[in-house]
Amino acid sequence: MNAPARTLSGADGLKRLSVATPDQPLRLDSGRTLENVEIAYETWGELNADKSNVVIVCHALTGDQFAASPNPVTGRPAWWDLVVGPGLPVDTDRFFVICSNVLGGCMGSTGPASRKPDGTYWGTDFPVITIADMVRAQIALLDRLGIENVFLAIGGSIGGMQVLEWTVQARDRVFAAIPIAVAARQSAQNIGFYETGRQAIMADPNWRNGNYLAEGVRPERGLAVARMAAHITYVSESALKRKFDRRLQDRTTKTFGFDADFQIESYLRHQGQTFVDRFDANSYLYITRAMDYFDIAAEHGGVLGNAFKGLHTRFCVFSFSTDWHYAPEENRQIVRALNAAGCETSYVNIETDKGHDAFFVEEPEFWAGLRGFIDAAAGARGLPKRSAT
Amino acid sequence: MTATTAPGIRRADHIAISQFINHGDLVLDVGCGDGQLMELLQHDRGARTRGLEVEQTGVNRCVAKGLAVVQGNADDDLPVYPDDAFDVAILSKTIQELARPKFVLDELSRIARRVIVSFRNYGHWRVRTALLTTGRIPNLGHDVGWWSDGARRPCTARDMAELAEQAGLAIAAATAVSGKPVNGRSLGRLNWTAEELVFVLERKVKR
Repeated sequence: MNAPARTLSGADGLKRLSVATPDQPLRLDSGRTLENVEIAYETWGELNADKSNVVIVCHALTGDQFAASPNPVTGRPAWWDLVVGPGLPVDTDRFFVICSNVLGGCMGSTGPASRKPDGTYWGTDFPVITIADMVRAQIALLDRLGIENVFLAIGGSIGGMQVLEWTVQARDRVFAAIPIAVAARQSAQNIGFYETGRQAIMADPNWRNGNYLAEGVRPERGLAVARMAAHITYVSESALKRKFDRRLQDRTTKTFGFDADFQIESYLRHQGQTFVDRFDANSYLYITRAMDYFDIAAEHGGVLGNAFKGLHTRFCVFSFSTDWHYAPEENRQIVRALNAAGCETSYVNIETDKGHDAFFVEEPEFWAGLRGFIDAAAGARGLPKRSAT
Repeated sequence: MTATTAPGIRRADHIAISQFINHGDLVLDVGCGDGQLMELLQHDRGARTRGLEVEQTGVNRCVAKGLAVVQGNADDDLPVYPDDAFDVAILSKTIQELARPKFVLDELSRIARRVIVSFRNYGHWRVRTALLTTGRIPNLGHDVGWWSDGARRPCTARDMAELAEQAGLAIAAATAVSGKPVNGRSLGRLNWTAEELVFVLERKVKR
């Protein structure tokens, strides 16, 4: 698989819906509008008669809509098939699960790798978007699908930002929300890491001021470096030590050169190289920028609690003890604001050495918490509490 | 939220506390453990509950039961709650294990209109006679030694009344865990006869 540039409604087999047209454009936080927007999405399970069993799964920075089934374009397995599926915490036997590729993404939704109506690539002509814009597009998608209310919105990292934004923007259309490993505002440290990644991409001669798709090249080196730097923040120091420590890669002595002597170097290089095969460099710029701009409190008079005041949504926030990308303390700030706003709130900090990416991997305590909260919320919503099977 | 099943095991102090909870009260249980008291209050009293618990196993059990519980500790997490956020705040057998009981009581009386505390009474006659005859503080419950980490603060009914006074609170009701409620004037007798006590505390100065 190569360059993920796709035409509108291309013949790539991805399921899409038009959520904005010249008659009904998508108005963005930047003040600009998008007149043609398509959102690519996947669904699992059956919508029930009163449309009360809808679950929105929000994907993370480099994810896509294939949460619970393999991606037919990249051939990669589902990214959350430990959590979403039959009999799993997000139970597709009971719930109608929707996951869409974010606005600005590169798995079929309109973004910098899409073509404009005139046939040229958007590239960096694409307007800078925000998390709120992404959620606006998702709400428009649900409107097109004829769905009013969401039983549960769930997601980690930037997916968690979208979950928070969903509850604020759609207000009481969201019954329950699970933001995972997230913050209500992007920290200076994270802005710094993502800026480093963006600079790596833009320093690649093949970036061509964002016009690489038209010129038939790709800034693979820069994108790989961006991924390598970011990936370090997704894992904990203790896990790196456990998995790699200072062990050498396929050799017994140091080479006194700049080859990948250490296993950690080889691992990060592999992470970078596999990433460029499936991700668009400009999408990476736009989505990380949207994360930088995320600050819910700033849009509510500087008081985070004000954003949630009066919400009837029930929340369960999860953090991971060794996450330094979105540390437990940042998650706790959300919890405190929710409590201050009087929202029904639970918070679980999972003890693990798996760092930020813990929500993707085996973590039984996390799954047990998810299952308990979701089942209880299902009961309160009048949905089956356990799978019939 | 409503618990659908009746709780199994019922602690005597939980039952004693529950008689002071009114239907529809919004209750904060500080140190809620695995949520037994919250289930009881939802099921028997129709209360709405929130919990605060420091241990992950307790938090997970609560969340798995559908209870709204925040992982955190009283010393750090209470100051963020707004004034009068709750009808009732409860410290069930928790206050003698806190690092800063006065601070926590001050905070709870700010965020809740009533504070209910249950605690072991070291003024009980058996404790007094044991101290007199053995010369040692009697080992109530599961204390492993006065020097151990997290050991309880041995206090009596009168000591607790003094703390309430310091926090600007009045004892609106008091009861031995297995007895009938009495008013604050019978404190002397309770201090002799009750092994475990429940105090209902209210602000002296109404806001």
